[in-house]
Amino acid sequence: MEKTINITLKVWKQRNPKSQGAFETYTLNNISIDSSFLEMLDILNEQLINEGKEPVVFDHDCREGICGMCSLFINGRPHGPDDDVTTCQLHMRKFHDGETITVEPWRSAAFPVIRDLMVDRNAFDKIIQAGGYVSVNTGGVPDANAIPIPKDKADAAMDAASCIGCGACVAACKNGSAMLFVSAKVSQLALLPQGRIETAKRAKAMIAKMDELGFGNCTNTGACEAECPKNVSISNIARLNREFLFAKLKD
Amino acid sequence: MNVINSKTPQGPLSEKWKEYKSHQKLVNPANKRRLDVIVVGTGLAGGAAAASLGELGFNVLNFCIQDSPRRAHSLAAQGGINAAKNYQNDGDSIYRLFYDTIKGGDYRAREANVYRLAEVSGNIIDQCVAQGVPFAREYGGLLDNRSFGGAQVSRTFYAKGQTGQQLLLGAYSALSRQIQKGTVKLFARHEMLDLVLIDGRARGIIARNLVTGKIERFAAHAVVIATGGYGNTFFLSTNAMGSNGSAAWQCYKKGAYFANPCFAQIHPTCIPVHGEFQSKLTLMSESLRNDGRIWVPKHKADAEAVRAGKLKPTDIKEEDRDYYLERRYPAFGNLVPRDVASRAAKERCDAGYGVGTTGLAVYLDFSDAINRLGLKTVEARYGNLFQMYEKSVDENPYKTPMMIYPAIHYTMGGIWVDYELQTSIPGLFAAGEANFSDHGANRLGASALMQGLADGYFVLPYTIQNYLADQIQVPRFTTDRQEFDTAENAVNDKIQKLINIKGKRSVDSIHKELGLAMWDFVGMGRTKFGLREALAKIAEIKREFWSNVRIPGSGSDQNTELEKALRLADFIEIGELMARDALYREESCGGHFREEYQTEDGEALRKDDKFSYVACWRYTGEDMEPELLKEELAYEYIKVQQRNYKE
Amino acid sequence: MWLFKSSIGKKLIMSISGIFLILFLTFHMGMNVTAIFSEEAYNGICELLGVNWYAIVGTLVLASGFLVHVIFAFLLTLQNRKARGNKRYVHSKAPAGVEFASQNMLVLGLIVCMGLLLHFAQFWYNMQFAELIGNHSNNLIGSPSDGAAFIKHWFSIPWVCAAYLVWFAALWFHLTHGFWSALQTLGWNNAIWINRLKCISNIFATVIFGGFASVVIVFYFKSLV
Repeated sequence: MEKTINITLKVWKQRNPKSQGAFETYTLNNISIDSSFLEMLDILNEQLINEGKEPVVFDHDCREGICGMCSLFINGRPHGPDDDVTTCQLHMRKFHDGETITVEPWRSAAFPVIRDLMVDRNAFDKIIQAGGYVSVNTGGVPDANAIPIPKDKADAAMDAASCIGCGACVAACKNGSAMLFVSAKVSQLALLPQGRIETAKRAKAMIAKMDELGFGNCTNTGACEAECPKNVSISNIARLNREFLFAKLKD
Repeated sequence: MNVINSKTPQGPLSEKWKEYKSHQKLVNPANKRRLDVIVVGTGLAGGAAAASLGELGFNVLNFCIQDSPRRAHSLAAQGGINAAKNYQNDGDSIYRLFYDTIKGGDYRAREANVYRLAEVSGNIIDQCVAQGVPFAREYGGLLDNRSFGGAQVSRTFYAKGQTGQQLLLGAYSALSRQIQKGTVKLFARHEMLDLVLIDGRARGIIARNLVTGKIERFAAHAVVIATGGYGNTFFLSTNAMGSNGSAAWQCYKKGAYFANPCFAQIHPTCIPVHGEFQSKLTLMSESLRNDGRIWVPKHKADAEAVRAGKLKPTDIKEEDRDYYLERRYPAFGNLVPRDVASRAAKERCDAGYGVGTTGLAVYLDFSDAINRLGLKTVEARYGNLFQMYEKSVDENPYKTPMMIYPAIHYTMGGIWVDYELQTSIPGLFAAGEANFSDHGANRLGASALMQGLADGYFVLPYTIQNYLADQIQVPRFTTDRQEFDTAENAVNDKIQKLINIKGKRSVDSIHKELGLAMWDFVGMGRTKFGLREALAKIAEIKREFWSNVRIPGSGSDQNTELEKALRLADFIEIGELMARDALYREESCGGHFREEYQTEDGEALRKDDKFSYVACWRYTGEDMEPELLKEELAYEYIKVQQRNYKE
Repeated sequence: MWLFKSSIGKKLIMSISGIFLILFLTFHMGMNVTAIFSEEAYNGICELLGVNWYAIVGTLVLASGFLVHVIFAFLLTLQNRKARGNKRYVHSKAPAGVEFASQNMLVLGLIVCMGLLLHFAQFWYNMQFAELIGNHSNNLIGSPSDGAAFIKHWFSIPWVCAAYLVWFAALWFHLTHGFWSALQTLGWNNAIWINRLKCISNIFATVIFGGFASVVIVFYFKSLV
């Protein structure tokens, strides 16, 4: 009734940020194709625990594709071989019986490995802290309908805002660039009148922080857009470039 | 029996909050800098509170277990946020939102709190728009609304199917701004393991650094708990894997009352369980019920054929379908409150009309909506939800009806708080889902976001000052005090004890067992007999856990199994208290349905004469029966009546 | 200075120097194609670009633009490699929809540079450079201002033709990405225009390639008859 497959897993194991790390190979039998990729890893960990070994460490939380906590570079692609999903939404039906699946952490200088498949994405928070907000305090704001916003602008802002901060863009980029992430936030706020006011300052501050944290330079390969689980478009990067250049030229 | 005082201000309902704010004590800017506040949690309540307190000038220490504040599970809310703006001119008002919420909660919430919630609901939308939250808009540029369960007006604001995420990112950006300014210090990947009291007041926490495994101490003048609910007691729920009740539970063990633990919400529209390996249940937004119609086959034979895979739902003729919500509740139809919709689904499945391979599913059908509105409109409204469903189930919901089944979603119960959101421990506040306050026995859709943000942005920043105003003479505490020693030692002992069990079973295997017992006996239909059975089972699971759990690795290092074990230790005790509370509450109301207490047509039957109170449980010691205290609920502005969604 | 420090600044330099080189290529291609129709006209242009103050200034500007483009390419690549981290993926593949060229701009650029060296040795060294150092006399192939003679000579040799075609192919790839990428960096792009620009890139690169390649092919076949 239920279809199952047998698989071989090659999983990156690394004790701590400083240690070398290496692949370890596991075999798993009778995995239901209806289970998600992370559920498959749960089964692996259950197996490891029953053998008295330490489980494979990986980040995960909501398991419905919205929190951005799960990562994993699976068979050469961030979030694995399905399109427009996060790893937690990837299902085993995307793999075939007898397949060897390679699982690696995000690899980028700005995202150091903490342990096994878990990486430190704190750099994203720091970029947002540098300016990814509208400077308003709680209270004392105008009525929500005081400023009408054209629907297409609001929709475009929403599309940019759907970024979940998972880091797949950085992981996919051969340059380890965070431009898609930064541009999504700059675009969202630049498109809305509330955020428009600070656009120049924001673009400059966020780019400066991004550069400081050791992310690479965008060469417009588009790998980020292709792998983004939320389909954030690189046209946002063009907008960021525009806003940044205008801001600098005005200075 | 003790009676509890909620410290609700005097005066007419609509004036209480204004009165409170006019007369409360404040802290001047110079003193704010000298006062430290710990906020545990970075969701809508915690993140908003930390940001707002930071803006005011307090020195805030903010904690979350995830790698970033932006991951808090508030973000999983899909459908929207309620606010009494009446932008649609359909008769909404603060009173009506207040009324709907009290009624939706089956008359088990505190009037004054709920009215305040409705009052500030509009401010939330203003605030979020100012932050750059991209709410959906009409072509004219103004905000769009949709309708949600339990209401006859359209008051729900939304941002695609990702409202929670967008609101959280709004709070997160405000928080990030404060972190940049230095008023908020963030401790990510830190889990609170204990509350530290000094002279009976909450003065700090013990937290474990989840990366290094180090136990760390933090002191402050006040502590805010905003760590969400305890739905994961059931193992399978719509909560995130990391969502847990441990922070709240430590507060309970330090003396904070735990209120209405048995009030857990079962959400009617989740993707059904499909296998034993399943790790969590995925919610399909309630907003789908705006346009989707829920049905099961009218004839048992059809249902059986569907289960056996011999008949497709699209082959069942219109007249052979039973749109049971529309049939039973003509006035609200598919938009009845969640508890009602969930029970109705269970009733049909129990009666043998369920679909899916397990028979534990009903259809949510969009074919009518697609015919009426066109594929494009449906796609624009629900596209991302449909995509999510398709990725999970591998079926196209545009072509074949979705299958859904109820699942544990939200816990209305939580730490008891008074009008000021202060718990029974002075200096300890609770906000958002972690407290018990505003939803009574059942929460209406799109109200969780509203309550979280109301607490965080507009209530707590005021009320906490009323407390802190008396603390300006209190110097900062050093964490070298003996109170911190004791707490840290207790935490270390507990960790060592767990590591040393070296049993045979993984944490998850025991958690699944607990979840099953909870679902079977403390789930949608509860009985006196079943609840007693649950208590016995949970006691057994507790013994098994403490004697046979296996945690590889050490306590002084990163250890995900240890994290889960610490949470499960508390889930077991929470489950026990839930069962106890459910057993004690001999009535049916909202999410709490005792099969002994129902009307002739199967609706919940309240016993207002005996149970119109908030059940507050006080911890009395390890393995001791907790003490039940009551906060009587008085309804001055609403006529208490049998909930009716039929006409 | 932000132009040299920030990532977008450096990319702006790449973009503008790239567009400048594209303009030069367009001009050079036009000049070459002239040779197919009229060798005299071609030689006329060659003469115009001999030793004149404007030609020398033009050459210097062009050379510096080229150098800037190359130097920043290396600078950015070094930085990008560092950003990628020390550990590489053992298993990685370019996702669907990512152009081959975009992932290999440096390699393509290097091939273009090598082709350029060959071209310098065969043409420029004997033509403008020869005149520059005051050598106006005939060398083995012809007078420095008789460009057509050089074309005829070199493009009768099969390996030279093959090398030039490889060079132009690399240029084609480089341009298909470089053209729209330059505009994207300038911020001159949006969701609708991105596909149009990519299409224009391909057409433009093909025109450039076709122009250059046709000269090689035409003269090769001419040499056969």
